[in-house]
Amino acid sequence: MTTTATRPPAPLPEQRDRSVLTRLQHLLHAQATIGPAVVLLVAVIVFALLSERFLTPGNISLILQQVAVVGTLAVGQTIVILTAGIDLSCGAIMVLTSIVMAKVAAGTGLPGLPALLLGFAVGTLCGLLNGLLVTRLKLPPFIVTLGTLNVFFAVNLWYSGSATIRGTDMPSLLLWTGQTINIGGTRITYGSIMLVVLVAAMAFVLKNTAWGRHVYSTGDDLEASRLSGIRTARVLLSVYATAGLIYAVAAWTLIGRIASASPQAGQTDNLDSITAVVIGGTSLFGGRGAVVGSLIGALIVGVFRNGLALAGVDVLWQTMAVGVLIIVAVSLDQWIRKVKA
Amino acid sequence: MTTPVLQATGLVKRYGKVTALAGADLELLPGEILAVIGDNGAGKSSLIKALSGAVVPDEGEIRLDGEPVSFSTPIDARKAGIETVHQSLAVSPSLDIASNLFLGRERRRKGVLGSVFRMLDRQGMREEARRQLDALGIMTIQNPGQAVETLSGGQRQAVAVARAAAFGSRVVIMDEPTAALGVRESRAVLDLILQVRDRGLPVILISHNMPHVFEVADRIHIQRLGRRKAVVDPKSVSMSDAVAIMTGAMEPPEAA
Repeated sequence: MTTTATRPPAPLPEQRDRSVLTRLQHLLHAQATIGPAVVLLVAVIVFALLSERFLTPGNISLILQQVAVVGTLAVGQTIVILTAGIDLSCGAIMVLTSIVMAKVAAGTGLPGLPALLLGFAVGTLCGLLNGLLVTRLKLPPFIVTLGTLNVFFAVNLWYSGSATIRGTDMPSLLLWTGQTINIGGTRITYGSIMLVVLVAAMAFVLKNTAWGRHVYSTGDDLEASRLSGIRTARVLLSVYATAGLIYAVAAWTLIGRIASASPQAGQTDNLDSITAVVIGGTSLFGGRGAVVGSLIGALIVGVFRNGLALAGVDVLWQTMAVGVLIIVAVSLDQWIRKVKA
Repeated sequence: MTTPVLQATGLVKRYGKVTALAGADLELLPGEILAVIGDNGAGKSSLIKALSGAVVPDEGEIRLDGEPVSFSTPIDARKAGIETVHQSLAVSPSLDIASNLFLGRERRRKGVLGSVFRMLDRQGMREEARRQLDALGIMTIQNPGQAVETLSGGQRQAVAVARAAAFGSRVVIMDEPTAALGVRESRAVLDLILQVRDRGLPVILISHNMPHVFEVADRIHIQRLGRRKAVVDPKSVSMSDAVAIMTGAMEPPEAA
């Protein structure tokens, strides 16, 4: 009897598993970007083993170029999704803005800088329109941006006359984002560098300013934020307008990337930016996530597509892989949200 | 006679054909806990919303320390020093405790970092949050950097109370603070309410829970059919009599 009494009870394997899982859940809850970062790291290692071409400077440069446009859109998309919104019109705003910048410069001979600033203003106004519709008419962001997606796309076709504007007709400033500098043997475009700077700036603002706290809080619980004295309508307006400005920056990167401005460009970029944000660990339900995660999410998609292509995998399986990643990412988010003390 | 900290006279609020407040009065004296009780539809919520700026009354007057005031938003009431702990708590679950305490009135860093880069004084806010929690004896919360959603219901309530106590300079209003809590957690929140009062802040407590009301209240305001029916002393009136007055089964005693 004494022997059985003094023997410490063996831990049940089931319980031990749960405690490890719970600890993981808490870790991911506190640091939402760890998950995507690990996925990116593993993907890079696996693809590097599968193909020796994967980690060559030329290929890395290619991935970064492919990621730059969607990554920049994803920065704007992130702040909208943090407020529990969604922006389906981001691609349309980007394309419209790129056409405005290019056509004004090519058609009227306006120098690069004013053309660029005009584009930024147009992007901001488009975002502001989304924000006004969301806050004044109190329509769901999904419906608002589905509507404006079509409106902006139609305006873009009308204004451009469905014609592409060649890069050779534009001032060099508009094409600057496609130029490269050599960093450690890898040629990096200014568009990619601008993306990194933008992510760092937005991460700082979200983390360290009152506006950033209010963005999270508004997405987390709108009514609680209002009762806490936050002017939630103003926060939402500023978020949609800022996102519009960022889409205009993406437009600049797009012009550099394709060395032209095409009214048919970036048709699926709105969904791709949402994919990057979601895979990056930002919650579609608002109030949770980080802009660094969205950059990692965009990189994950770029690395998967590029790596699978290098490994000789058919494009349909690349698309399948991205689809599975989205489902896994959202399931993970749901699980993390159930965290308890 | 002492000037009431908060005094409402003849408040009227109509919603279409429904009259929620039919000339309601309320008086909150310095340093007291005034409980507000009443049946459903007696106008408790409307009365509290009028005092906290969430609704604008159609008629009547509100005086703060004898001065007439009018609030058109909750922010106005807050600026005047009236803090409300809402039943829905009004905390942002994914933000940490310190961020929640300072939500809507964040502190910026000193110097260029604050004025140009708009940087928040995160360290300072955490330390202040810690001080506020300690001052109220909330020891169960270890780390002000913890996300509010990882807290229990009672701890969340404690965060909301701490916020009100930290920023409320004149009056703290608490709407059903123990409604969603268990026995032990309710106990802790009642102690918190007494602590706030002992620090000199008068408290208006709205509750359905008669034992809680009778335990902490100095005076009990009984609301009935949109009006103040009576103000009773919990030491001289029994719980069942209070309920009888509240439901109209009994007339209030003359001298209350």
